[in-house]
Amino acid sequence: MVQPLDINRETPSQTAGPYVHIGCIPTFAGITTIYPEDLGLSPFSDGAKGDLITITGSIFDGTGWALRDAMVESWQADAAGNYPGQPGADPSVTGFCRFAADKDSGEFTLKTIKPGPPGSQAPHIALWVVARGINTGLSTRIYFPEDDHGSDPVLTRIEQRHRVDTLIAKKTGDARYRFDIRLQGEGETVFLDM
Amino acid sequence: MAKSSRLMPRDQTAHPRAYWPDYKTSVARSPRNALLSLEPTVTEETGPVFGHDILGKYDNDLIQNFTQGASLAIGERIRVHGRVQDENGRAVANALIEVWQANAGGRYRHVKDGYFAPLDPGFGGCGRTITDDDGCYEFMTVKPGAYPWPNRANDWRPAHIHFSLFGASFGQRLISQMYFEGDPLIRLCPIAATIEDQGQLDRLVAPLDMAASRPMDYLAYKFDIVLRGRRQTMFENKPEGL
Repeated sequence: MVQPLDINRETPSQTAGPYVHIGCIPTFAGITTIYPEDLGLSPFSDGAKGDLITITGSIFDGTGWALRDAMVESWQADAAGNYPGQPGADPSVTGFCRFAADKDSGEFTLKTIKPGPPGSQAPHIALWVVARGINTGLSTRIYFPEDDHGSDPVLTRIEQRHRVDTLIAKKTGDARYRFDIRLQGEGETVFLDM
Repeated sequence: MAKSSRLMPRDQTAHPRAYWPDYKTSVARSPRNALLSLEPTVTEETGPVFGHDILGKYDNDLIQNFTQGASLAIGERIRVHGRVQDENGRAVANALIEVWQANAGGRYRHVKDGYFAPLDPGFGGCGRTITDDDGCYEFMTVKPGAYPWPNRANDWRPAHIHFSLFGASFGQRLISQMYFEGDPLIRLCPIAATIEDQGQLDRLVAPLDMAASRPMDYLAYKFDIVLRGRRQTMFENKPEGL
C-alpha cells in the first residue's frame, strides 16, 4: 500500500445539446424577460484600440453538412497581445464572445479587434465549440494568414504540415476573413487539448 | 517563495467518448484525428471575468425569473445546491454557473423543440449564479420532465439540468448535465452512456438532500462539481509569455 493521492477527478462533460442557446444566449433563443442581454455579445466596446475585423464561417460535420445548432465561444488578447486582467490590457476589450450558427444557413459571424501576439505566440483567437453530438467541447484556434507563425508553439507542433492550414483563416477582403471548422473527414480541423 | 500555478493537463479519461454510435449525432460530429496535446499557454491560463454585478434579483430562481416574480412555474419545486472545487480540492470562487432545462412536462422553450407537452407560461428554463468565496452555489427551479428524442426508435432523456461552468481560465471551461437520484432512465440513456466509467457517470447523479430541503416548500438535490485543477510548484522553467 502507498499513501493515497488527494486529487479529485474532473466532473465529466456531457453534450451541450440542441438547446444550448436557452442557457447561454437566451435572448438569441427568444427568451427576453430574464436577463437584460446575453453575455458575450461583443468582445470589445467603443474605444477599443486596433483594427476591426469580421470573421465568418461554418462548422461542418463529417458529411459536409453545416451545423445549424452549434454555439461557439471565443477568447482573445487585445491589439497589443495582452489578455484582460494583464498589465496594460485595453480596458475596452473583454476578449470574450459567444456566437451561434445561423439556424437556417449554419453560418456564424464574429466581429472583433484583431488580436496582437501574446508573448512569442502568433496572434490568434481561441475557440470552444459545443453542439448536439459533441460530447466534450472542442477547442481550436484561428490564426491569420498575414502573420509570422514561425515561433508559435501550436502551429509549429503540428506534424502533418498540410493540417496547419486548418487553423489559418482565409482573407476574403479588406478586414474580412473566412474560417470554416470541419469536425471530421477531409480537411478535419486540428482540435487542441491544452 | 513565489509558487507557479499552471493548469494541470486535462485527464481526458474523465470525459465521455467523442464517437459513440448509440448517440447517433456523435457519429458525424466526432473528430477522427487525435487531439493535439500541448502545455497550456497564457491563452488557456486566462479567461473572462464575470462579476456578481451582472446578476439580477431572480437570476437564480427559475420558478420566478421568466415572469420576474409575477407568477410561479408549474412543477415539483426543488432547490439545487453544491460546491465547485478544482482537482486539487480548492474552492473555485466567482465561478459563473449557467443552467438550462426543460419544463416539468419535458418541453424546452426553444423553436426547435416540437414535443407536444405544453409550454408553461410561467417558465423560461434558464438561470445563472456565481459561486461565493467557498465555491458554493444554489438555485431554485422545478424538476424537469423526461422527454422522448429522435435517436433510436424509442429513446428518452432522463430528467436533467444542463450546467455551464467558467472557472478562472478558459482552459477550465466545462458544460455538463446533472441527473437525479433514482431515475431509471439514466441507465437507458445513450448520452449518459458516453461516459463509460460508471464512477464518473455517478458523479453526475445528484442525491436527494433532505437536510437542505424546506418543509412544506421544496425538496433539495446536491450537485458538487470539480473543475480542472492547477499544479503548484516552486520548480518552473517555462519561458515567460507562453
